[in-house]
Amino acid sequence: MNKVKQSAKEALARVKTGEVILVGGFGLVGSPLTLIEELTKADIEELTIVSNNIGESGKGLGKLLLQGKIKKAIGSYFTSNRDVGAAYAEGKLELELVPQGTLAERLRAGGAGIPAFYTATSCGTDLGRGKEVRQIDGKEYVLERQLRGNVALIRAYKADTLGNLIYYKTARNFNPVMAQAADYVVAEVDEIVEPGELKPDEIVTPHLYVDAIVKAEIILTKEGVEHIHG
Amino acid sequence: MADVKGMIAKRAAQELKGPLIVNLGIGIPTLIPDYLNDTEVYLHTENGMLGVGPYDESNVDPNITNSGKAFVTEEIGASYFDSAESFAMIRGGHVDVAVLGILQIDEHGQIANWAVPGKDIIGVGGAMDLLEGAKKVICTMMHTTKTGGIKLVKKCSYPITSTRKVDMLITNLAVFKFEEGEMRLVELMPGATIEEVERKTEATFVNCIGKENREEA
Repeated sequence: MNKVKQSAKEALARVKTGEVILVGGFGLVGSPLTLIEELTKADIEELTIVSNNIGESGKGLGKLLLQGKIKKAIGSYFTSNRDVGAAYAEGKLELELVPQGTLAERLRAGGAGIPAFYTATSCGTDLGRGKEVRQIDGKEYVLERQLRGNVALIRAYKADTLGNLIYYKTARNFNPVMAQAADYVVAEVDEIVEPGELKPDEIVTPHLYVDAIVKAEIILTKEGVEHIHG
Repeated sequence: MADVKGMIAKRAAQELKGPLIVNLGIGIPTLIPDYLNDTEVYLHTENGMLGVGPYDESNVDPNITNSGKAFVTEEIGASYFDSAESFAMIRGGHVDVAVLGILQIDEHGQIANWAVPGKDIIGVGGAMDLLEGAKKVICTMMHTTKTGGIKLVKKCSYPITSTRKVDMLITNLAVFKFEEGEMRLVELMPGATIEEVERKTEATFVNCIGKENREEA
């Protein structure tokens, strides 16, 4: 079994208008920039994007936003891209603001077959409004539902051709949980190796979660977002 | 201004005596590493790292950042983990202290730090989770807004971050503790007077300077 695709276009051929897409990354760190770039070229729209942020202005998911292809964004921190606030104010974008830990756990639950869970986070605040509240051992909690995507676009450091993944430093963030929470998972990586070259003990995302692998052509450097070739 | 914020960060750093797992929020808390010299204070950042080291101009890796997206370094003994695990650490009570930047605080110790009515600030990040899960919460802020507006209020006019009450507040004028249902003034910052603190504080507080028996003492 070899999951390596020759291009991002090939890997994303099955993504359709109106789908829910999980996108890894914390800001641009650990964000699958090559796959996002391909989304900006593809003829699909009305997307629901689940991601901690919507990139930065004109960068990463921020570019997709400016194209008007995002119908709804679900995330924890949109402040870092002022275009999000503007699109929301104009009524061009729906937003669901979720506390960061709740977002991560909803995805984890989505991947683990758990339909919902209770957490104290957001209880008694504006973000807890309308949620079912339950008292457990004298403390109040809100019910949070799992979150899943049709597709997950994630960023890892190395993959073997089977789809086993390891990550690089804080570029890991939401990527492993998103890999578990979608029907079709594409991983963008810096390096692709043969099975056996990654030590079984070091693998973070085992291959059963991953459907397609693509080599990164757009990466984050000290200077910012850069295209690389070869 | 930077110096005043540095003074607040320095005072907050004095509260951090290892061994301790500490999460530093955005704003003034990001200045705290400059004043930390306890090798047993281990910094956690919610984007997935324990053992955060200070910024080093000669050693920048664009894929090692803190929750404020600033470049940081890796201490010996550091580890990386995904966001779900990072917040399991926070919610699960494994983080000893969270130091947060805030916008408003009321006399009971409830805070607001994620939204301003009428402004396009659409972000909550990990603030609500940290308030629920950190064993101790220390807040830092300038005592008033840039235009002199009151931030230590009777009741927050901005949306609260949690119903949980924080433990301590450090401003450029004073240090307060929230103990036994009281907001207690325990210290004046250099150059501040009790009159100035009273004038710039709407919240009811008890002046305990000189008569408190501080646990740390």
